[in-house]
Amino acid sequence: MLKRVHFEPSLLPYLLVAPQIIVTIIFFIWPASQALFQSMLVEDAFGLKTEFVWFQNFEELFADPHYWGSFQRTFIFSFLVAGLSMSIALLLATMADRVIKGSGIYRTLLIWPYAVAPAAAGALFFFLFNPTLGFIPYTLQFFGYDWNHKINGDEAMALIIFAAAWKQIAYNFLFFLAGLQSIPKSLIEAAAIDGAGPSRRFWTIIFPLLSPTTFFLLVVNVVYAFFETFGIVDAMTAGGPANSTQILVYKVYNDGFVGLDLGGSAAQSAVLMAIVVALTVFQFRFVEKKVEY
Amino acid sequence: MIENRPLLKIFSHIILILGVIMVAFPLWVTFVASTHDATRMTELPLPLLPGSHFFENLDRVLFVGLYGGDASGMGYMLLNSTIMALMIAIGKIIISLLSAFAIVYFRFPFRMFFFWMIFLTLMLPVEVRILPTFEVVANLGMLDTYWGLTVPLIASATATFMFRQVFLTIPDEMLEAARIDGAGPLRFFKDILLPMSRTNIAALFVILFIYGWNQYLWPLLVTTDQSMYTVVMQIGNMLEAGEEAPQWHLIMMITLLAIIPPVLVVVAMQKLFVQGLTETEK
Repeated sequence: MLKRVHFEPSLLPYLLVAPQIIVTIIFFIWPASQALFQSMLVEDAFGLKTEFVWFQNFEELFADPHYWGSFQRTFIFSFLVAGLSMSIALLLATMADRVIKGSGIYRTLLIWPYAVAPAAAGALFFFLFNPTLGFIPYTLQFFGYDWNHKINGDEAMALIIFAAAWKQIAYNFLFFLAGLQSIPKSLIEAAAIDGAGPSRRFWTIIFPLLSPTTFFLLVVNVVYAFFETFGIVDAMTAGGPANSTQILVYKVYNDGFVGLDLGGSAAQSAVLMAIVVALTVFQFRFVEKKVEY
Repeated sequence: MIENRPLLKIFSHIILILGVIMVAFPLWVTFVASTHDATRMTELPLPLLPGSHFFENLDRVLFVGLYGGDASGMGYMLLNSTIMALMIAIGKIIISLLSAFAIVYFRFPFRMFFFWMIFLTLMLPVEVRILPTFEVVANLGMLDTYWGLTVPLIASATATFMFRQVFLTIPDEMLEAARIDGAGPLRFFKDILLPMSRTNIAALFVILFIYGWNQYLWPLLVTTDQSMYTVVMQIGNMLEAGEEAPQWHLIMMITLLAIIPPVLVVVAMQKLFVQGLTETEK
């Protein structure tokens, strides 16, 4: 933690931490505690009177089927995004680990989507899947399938999953590739001498040895799908049709800024904070230090 | 390579090429759309090969604006995005460097308290505290300013932890030697710590620049004045407009302009990018 050799105590360290601490207090700690406080207030329709109601907002929230619907959708969304992008990334990383020539070029060509903003990724897929003009609906129509995510909620959900997963392939690919390259070659050689073919080697040696990376990526991907996909949802579906793509982060925004239900939105913020804390603790407790680069 | 299996090798290349195509296809379609004119972009099927209107569309988007808009180009939004990304990246690096230096190299009361306070910010992404943070910024009169756009996003636990990690690997003898030579804390920071963590700073810069450039929700909330819009948040506005009066060639041009700068940064500084990604996640 602290260096064995260090400087004498003085005013200087306080000045050094001051900028970060001031920003943290004003823009993190204060708003977060405000959110917790507001989550126990109810404001009347004209915003004239506020009343302290303890946990009534939470009770209403958990009694609200819309909220549970949003919860359920968020879980489905997160795990499908994680599953889809991780399986594609693992397949590509395994292949890239196998080829010797050109693996650098493949890497460059596969990692750039990391830099694309979620909202921009949304725009790409919005255009690609546009029901009247898009390339994919046009193609699907020849197979007799009528794609319209503006009416069909399941298709809208599929659309945001595609866009979110597409963007995350790059990240997963990099970490899987690093994980694969850190597996000792001697283990794989030994298995090859014993007559195990490539697919058997993968499932009995490589995949189990990769499990720390997989586990780490699962947590990171779920966090990503929970909190960083706001831009994708807002740009593509704005939560619709009929709330079918309203994930939790979007609902906080929508109820607070559009619906102006401050107490309810703050209660949702508090629940989200609890989820982030749980995920962060989980990540530090079980995942950290198990991944080698 | 463990053994020579030519068929498997070809298979691997095929899968990889398919992967590259799948990943690049949405961007290709966008690029093609930005090179055609308005009429071509309303005819089915849409083109898959580039047309000849790229520079015309670029000029229109940068200096004139969408048809039926308020006749102002969007070039300034690129400038806003750049300023925002740079302010966030540089600001984060500076305050994290300073606080990591204090926490690693000084013993002072409340040291651990400050450390845990910074750690807390790791758990509070802007998405979960948007409403109260917005109120704070509004009360401080920081709406529609660059400060309002950047400062609330500037505190970063990950950057502080990363620099702490870097400083901890720097041998103690460095400080002893510097002290014998009569260097004070600030001199030591400037002449020894900064040069020794140069590549870490660069790697972090790449990651943070992308992070800042790609912000969407926050600019959407704190800017109401059009002259403060960033290019990424403009995408959302335009997709709505695109439904009413399709100008896909221009909308896709803006999308392209929002995508290219951070992608160029990643591709040009790939090594630093990978280093930054793995370091900040530890």
